Amino acid sequence: MENIDVMRAEDLSFTYPNAPKPTLKSITMPIEKNKITALIGPSGCGKSTLLRAFNRIHDLYPGLKYEGKILLQKEDGSMENILEYKKENELIKLRQRVGMIFQKPTPFPMSIYDNVAYGLRLSGIKAKSELDGRVEKALQGSAIWGEVKDRLNTSAMGLSGGQQQRLCIARAVALKPDVLLFDEPTSALDPISTGAIEELIAELKDEVSVAIVTHNMQQASRLSDYTAFMYLGDLIEFDKTKKIFTNPSEKMTEDYITGRFG
Amino acid sequence: MNKRFLINKIVLILSTVAATVGLIFLFWILGTLFMKGLATMNWSIFTNDLVDGGIRNLLVGQFMMAIIATVIAVPIGAMAGIYLREYSNNNKLAFFVRNLSDIMMSAPSIIIGVFVYAIYVDRVGHFAGWGGVIALAIMMLPIVVSTTDNMLSLVPKELREAGIALGGSKHKIIMQIIVKAAKVGLMTGILLSFARIIGETAPLLFTSANSQFLTFNLNDQFPSLTVSIYNLATYPDQASKDLAWAASFVLTVVVLIINLGGRYLTRNKHK
Repeated sequence: MENIDVMRAEDLSFTYPNAPKPTLKSITMPIEKNKITALIGPSGCGKSTLLRAFNRIHDLYPGLKYEGKILLQKEDGSMENILEYKKENELIKLRQRVGMIFQKPTPFPMSIYDNVAYGLRLSGIKAKSELDGRVEKALQGSAIWGEVKDRLNTSAMGLSGGQQQRLCIARAVALKPDVLLFDEPTSALDPISTGAIEELIAELKDEVSVAIVTHNMQQASRLSDYTAFMYLGDLIEFDKTKKIFTNPSEKMTEDYITGRFG
Repeated sequence: MNKRFLINKIVLILSTVAATVGLIFLFWILGTLFMKGLATMNWSIFTNDLVDGGIRNLLVGQFMMAIIATVIAVPIGAMAGIYLREYSNNNKLAFFVRNLSDIMMSAPSIIIGVFVYAIYVDRVGHFAGWGGVIALAIMMLPIVVSTTDNMLSLVPKELREAGIALGGSKHKIIMQIIVKAAKVGLMTGILLSFARIIGETAPLLFTSANSQFLTFNLNDQFPSLTVSIYNLATYPDQASKDLAWAASFVLTVVVLIINLGGRYLTRNKHK
């Protein structure tokens, strides 16, 4: 029962509006269940683009083109192609199942409590008692409850950068997603906050499957179970992190990891 | 080296002189206004209407028209601004509306007055408060459109994406998060554009005209502080001239307070 993919890109190509060439060129890659998958590669290689395809956040902007498939496991275990979703409702449901954390912390201009409750309310939860419970649980699960429990009703804008980022994780975790996508979640943070976020991500994998884009090789090797190395829109190599960092099959991967280019 | 030093010095002197000239005129205007205004000020002008040598009805009329114009212009302008920034994807229509709005913003206010005279006053056959309201609303509209457009553009796109990534629909994210994030800027913009229209004369001159009496009937000629200042200042008797000074002083203080209030709001935002 191991090696179950919760998501999988199959022959996925992606073209930005008015771009002459695709940014992603037939990528096939899994996101395994309850594992952390790191996406690495030099700037402009398409790793963020790939990550942002997994919950179709790209669709905010018109004129883009997907080819191939992105499969997501349904509750009954079968796989469904999320690129076939057309209605806004389907996309909303997709994003509730596949959450996203951004590079810059993005707290909403409202209280700490409301930040976490916002997504829950959007998903239709109205009862105060249930909201209270889920908010507390999410904040605890994101290792920030102790710091904010006495000021849940103050503005989230007053938190430090690291706290804001953990709040954003709590906000995403509260929806009990299947997959969480992290887009360089620590590159705007100091080393201590970075450590806290990494620890948190490592703990999260009991509950969710994680894909993380990072420029930090140490972070990828410390944190992830699998690593994908991308270059100029191609997936060069995908394997167990240990293998990628000790004995990569591709020369290019080795050159990048050892800092010879990129 | 020497030449560069010299040029630097000349530019410094010239720009300092230019700034001083500007300041001199500003303080001259304010100084005259405050001296003449305070000398002619009398608390009774706030309790009497124009017919009894006061400005009570004028203040009420001026504020009433400006407030109703704001109530009309803000929702339309804000929605247009939201369309431009959030929905249009910078298409041709957006390009057209943005340019049109910029042109309207610099349109001479007397032209707007003439326009409203032609489409409204001329039809109903007499001056009416609604004419003034429409003219002021037209003046305010492009300012609100461009303020909304600009303020929303300052909200980072990550905030929109974060909202969408949490499973929000586009209109909910815009209304509940993006507008809220831009709230202070929007409030300031509205306040400043209100300060702009409250001091306008030309759009009211032959739309709402003026009235000696306190009235709330916008289908009638409507009392206006600015139009009264214009009239009173040209009357030969000293009492009228004094009242014009006092009224100018009051108007300046009102506009100043609204402006400072707007600035105070923005300053707090950056704290």
